[in-house]
Amino acid sequence: MSTVIATQAVAKPNPMANLDELVEQYGRVPAEHFRYCPGCGLGMAQSALMRAFQRLQIDMSQVAGAGGSGCYSIMGHYLNMGVLHGGHGRGAAMATGMKLANPHLTVVNLQGDGDSLSIGGNHTIHAARRNIDVTVVMFNNFGYGDTGGQYGATTPKGSFTETSPYGMPEEPFDACKLMIGAGATFVARSTVYHAVHLTKVLAEAIAWKGFSFVEVMQHCHVLWGKRNGMPKATDMLNYYRDNSVFSTPNLKREEQEGKFVLGVLHKQARPEFTEEYAKIRKLAAARAGGQGLSPLNTGGAV
Amino acid sequence: MTRRLLMGSEAICEGAIAAGVRFYAGYPITPATEVAEFMSARMPQVGGSYVQMEDEMGSFAAAMGASCAGVKAMTASSGPGLALMQEEIGHAIAGEIPVVLVNVGRHGPGIGNATGSAQMEVMQAKYGPNGDCPMIALSPSTIEEAFWLTVKCVNLAERYRTPTILLTEGLLALQRSVVDLPDYGKVETWERPRPEGAPSEYANPYMATSLTAVPPMGDFGTGYRSIFRTGGIQPQHGAKMTRFEAQHFSTTRLNQKVEAHRDELALTEALQTEDADVLYVAFGTQFHPARAAMQMARAKGIKAGVLRLITIWPFPDKAIRQAAQHAKLAVVPEMNLGQLRGLVTQALAGSGIRIDGVNHVNSLTITPQEILAKTEDMLR
Repeated sequence: MSTVIATQAVAKPNPMANLDELVEQYGRVPAEHFRYCPGCGLGMAQSALMRAFQRLQIDMSQVAGAGGSGCYSIMGHYLNMGVLHGGHGRGAAMATGMKLANPHLTVVNLQGDGDSLSIGGNHTIHAARRNIDVTVVMFNNFGYGDTGGQYGATTPKGSFTETSPYGMPEEPFDACKLMIGAGATFVARSTVYHAVHLTKVLAEAIAWKGFSFVEVMQHCHVLWGKRNGMPKATDMLNYYRDNSVFSTPNLKREEQEGKFVLGVLHKQARPEFTEEYAKIRKLAAARAGGQGLSPLNTGGAV
Repeated sequence: MTRRLLMGSEAICEGAIAAGVRFYAGYPITPATEVAEFMSARMPQVGGSYVQMEDEMGSFAAAMGASCAGVKAMTASSGPGLALMQEEIGHAIAGEIPVVLVNVGRHGPGIGNATGSAQMEVMQAKYGPNGDCPMIALSPSTIEEAFWLTVKCVNLAERYRTPTILLTEGLLALQRSVVDLPDYGKVETWERPRPEGAPSEYANPYMATSLTAVPPMGDFGTGYRSIFRTGGIQPQHGAKMTRFEAQHFSTTRLNQKVEAHRDELALTEALQTEDADVLYVAFGTQFHPARAAMQMARAKGIKAGVLRLITIWPFPDKAIRQAAQHAKLAVVPEMNLGQLRGLVTQALAGSGIRIDGVNHVNSLTITPQEILAKTEDMLR
């Protein structure tokens, strides 16, 4: 459980740990089997996620993942945990079922920006509202990569995609603000350029008791970058480097303008859903006088 | 044994509890709301969980998540909600994840008459999801049977690792009747096949060697680290296959694992069909007017019989042909415009039997007199 993990979170991440060692412990297949595009940010994000598991010394047999559709969704298959790779956007709902059915599981819901903010937006905001102890990791690649680079709810205004050939006419979501508004108790943002920082916030999110949301800025130089003047992976890493600012209490509004604000943006403890539900089980069992399993006239209970 | 006055919805919930369901996720919808209401009271009493989700896709998805975590899971809905759930039903079929769905039928299409009962999801229950899907759907005719068929739906979902549907109607779910409930400890319950070997030898939940196999399913948190996937080619145990062969094998197996048991799954009840010139085929609540019509016809010297379908899917076509052996005509009374009649016509193709229906889409139950009048009309 998260509380146990939190007390174990003493070992510092070793940013120099050998990737093969990490994969052996936290992965399911050797690194050469990873099928991300060359230079894709997802490999860096997966590395950070495995380092976060390592930092927390997590027993991977007690980790359950949920995922939907997107470039990222293959990541669940590369990690040495139980996974339900189901419908597009339903990850947060599947994760809710897993965690409530077995609160001892550490539940990680990998999502794309299409999952979190478009087709599965409803599930994600309601998981946040419930404050169920699930970590949503949202990989933001500015659109739909798996289908070839169409615009989505995170595509920057004016940028070019397969379905915005004249420039994106819509405004994107600020996913973190949305999740704070929905009641998420832990919200953070980082980028794959800031790999050590990303590892740190992922570990903190997984250890957090309650709903945690991490937006991972994960570049797609192949589909978005090349249409927007950044055709190489390094172009986009530099873009994250030059356009990010770390959140501090004194950060002025004008300093945030047009930047990716990184860091833990919101943290506010609130009763966790499965713990609250455990109280309901006790109350209901007491009212049933230990006769729950015998046929009751439930008409009176409803 | 305990004797209780139970609402249909209540009997369904009690059946689920007796069968070991300990997780319910739902979204309110008339006339299935009562199932959610009873479950919200009952699940925590028995150490289970109830959660009200944000929509029907979420309800079914949460039930799938719970099922993967090793807990028997259920949800319920009605027409428009069932339509929304089709996506997730398809995923549960593909991922071979047991979930029980209760559909309490109401009038449609669209919002229709929410409080009006109907039997309009006969075809949707099987053909709703995309792709070639197997389906197990059972339909009770009485409240006591609703208890037992819910137990069966849970058991079959687990044994065959596939979603099952209890196809009932507002007319039954909202009625009350005196029901004799068994001691729940004595109800026969089935479990999903689970892996027995060392976790290191367990590759994935789709290791099947034959087209009818139901492979072991490692629950989350047990060390078996299943990857449940609802897309892509399912890897097969020890077999060297091209990706095309593997895709063919897995798609065929999904259907064959149910189809191979068609005879034991296709449950029916035959009343006086041995010598029947006239066959009534009915299911759910509309069995009752069909039986009454049979008695009225017999009193008039017309040899009528009834075949009641307990199983809707897989469709009991063999039983229909058997019951229609001497029949000259068949009448299908149903609360829709002829969905079951189409299936009966298909089952009796080439037999020369004249088939017609008595159809109500006004949410009023069909009367025995109407069925008898149709019979006499056809005999004339």
